[in-house]
Amino acid sequence: MADRPALQLDSVGLQIGGARILHDVTFQVATGEMVGVIGPNGAGKTTLFNIISGVMIPTSGTVRLAGDDVTRHKVHQRARVGLGRTFQTSSVFAGLTAGENVRLAAQSKLGGATSPWTFPRADDDASRVAQRCLEEVGLAHHTGTKAGVLSHGDKRKLEIAMLIATEPEVVLLDEPMAGVGSGDVAGLVEVIRRLHRSGRTVLMVEHHMEVLLGLVDRVAVMHHGELLAIDTPKAVMANTDVQKAYLGETV
Amino acid sequence: MSTILLLLITGIGLGALYFLVASGLSLIYGLMGVLNFAHGSFLTLAGFLGWEVGRRVGDGSWAGLLTGMLVGLVVGAVVAALTELVFIRPLYNRHIEQVLVTVGLGLASVALFEGIWGTDPIQIRLPEWLGGTTNVLGANIPNDRWLLIATAVVVLGLIVLFLQRTSYGLVIRAGVENRTMVTALGIDVRRAFTIVFAIGGAAAGLGGVLASVYYGQVGAHQGTSLLIYAFIVTVIGGLGSLTGAAIASVLVAVIQQFANFYLGGTGDLAIVLALAAVLLVRPTGLMGKVKH
Repeated sequence: MADRPALQLDSVGLQIGGARILHDVTFQVATGEMVGVIGPNGAGKTTLFNIISGVMIPTSGTVRLAGDDVTRHKVHQRARVGLGRTFQTSSVFAGLTAGENVRLAAQSKLGGATSPWTFPRADDDASRVAQRCLEEVGLAHHTGTKAGVLSHGDKRKLEIAMLIATEPEVVLLDEPMAGVGSGDVAGLVEVIRRLHRSGRTVLMVEHHMEVLLGLVDRVAVMHHGELLAIDTPKAVMANTDVQKAYLGETV
Repeated sequence: MSTILLLLITGIGLGALYFLVASGLSLIYGLMGVLNFAHGSFLTLAGFLGWEVGRRVGDGSWAGLLTGMLVGLVVGAVVAALTELVFIRPLYNRHIEQVLVTVGLGLASVALFEGIWGTDPIQIRLPEWLGGTTNVLGANIPNDRWLLIATAVVVLGLIVLFLQRTSYGLVIRAGVENRTMVTALGIDVRRAFTIVFAIGGAAAGLGGVLASVYYGQVGAHQGTSLLIYAFIVTVIGGLGSLTGAAIASVLVAVIQQFANFYLGGTGDLAIVLALAAVLLVRPTGLMGKVKH
């Protein structure tokens, strides 16, 4: 069990019409590892996340979670076997309170959402889990606040609280720092660090290099839909192919 | 003064009828992005079956009418849920095809109803009290309006209770905002679709029986004509908003009544103009949210 990688991609490719969006992407992420995904805009980072989470189905290759082939599984099925993700644009439910947002996530994990007629109470399991997750990200004082009025940084924290409530094994974070004010960055980094330290496997797309390099064990570099390199931050920065991709190729 | 009061209360009564149809339309669109053109068929079928059962229990009696309403509610819910399961679900995420299927169902079902019950509306018998009036500050209000208003208020209350206070209501409210994120949390929203269809169908079914009370007849085209007003109400209220649908129902019906009375029967024109005005000023409707 333990030696099976938490996430494994084999020759994953995506072709839409004549366009090659992703090509032959192969890599593994070990349980408890934190891997950053970088690359210029349009390199295929979000597509990669969409394929791992099931929003898109690849035209070739396989995606495995803890050794199980989930290539053709639907989004909610993957979520149930322990995959959680956030989206590039903040995607909390603005009209729901912060508490309700997390409760929804907890309900999904605890199975409370399966009975349409359950009346939630403040002291039931889902509410308790929701409260604990809000405390973990430092938003306990905002339980009754409508998510739409939270600051951008708090919305990002709320997303992570929702993620924790679903108790995922593997977490995909799509640009968690995007649009977050500089004052919120440190707090958010700490939340992500704790998420990782609690034993979760984390895959994170992030343009904020300083933050990324300080957090991750390895960095995967995407370029033109291909995996250019995957290595420790230091080795990746020294890689000449990566430098070319970022600084422009000489003709 | 008494004329204004009469127009106002009868307008609210008509609005109650619009709301019963529009509430389901709005919820279904909000959650699934499907404009359900078959919604009128749920209403018509429920109206016919409610009447058929009701008159056998007691033609023109309260027992008959209340049984009819119950039958209409159940028929509406079951037919709507079946429509979702059989026709809408296989076309998951193909909105154009889903809408086309509902258009087809709407057209075919009217032809079917005409085949069974004939093309002419059938006059129905109602409890005597409903045919009378109640004097309110000098205005003689037709009693059937009270039944319409009371039913719509109860339905609105029950749907709000379901949405705000139950676990599944939370799933539906979240799904109306962002369906992708709900699935990402591990929730199979397709079940929510069936439930929303059933709730909308139940409300429309009740509306079908009450439409026959309002018009004093049941007919194969009842659903189709009410559906047009319900669509206008749904758009003005904001697609996906239940409160919006409730407010817009009353607004549209009252404007319609007043224009019909004071501006020489121009009620329909007035609400189309109101629709245009709302779309120009607030394209998402009164209570509509911007989808993301």
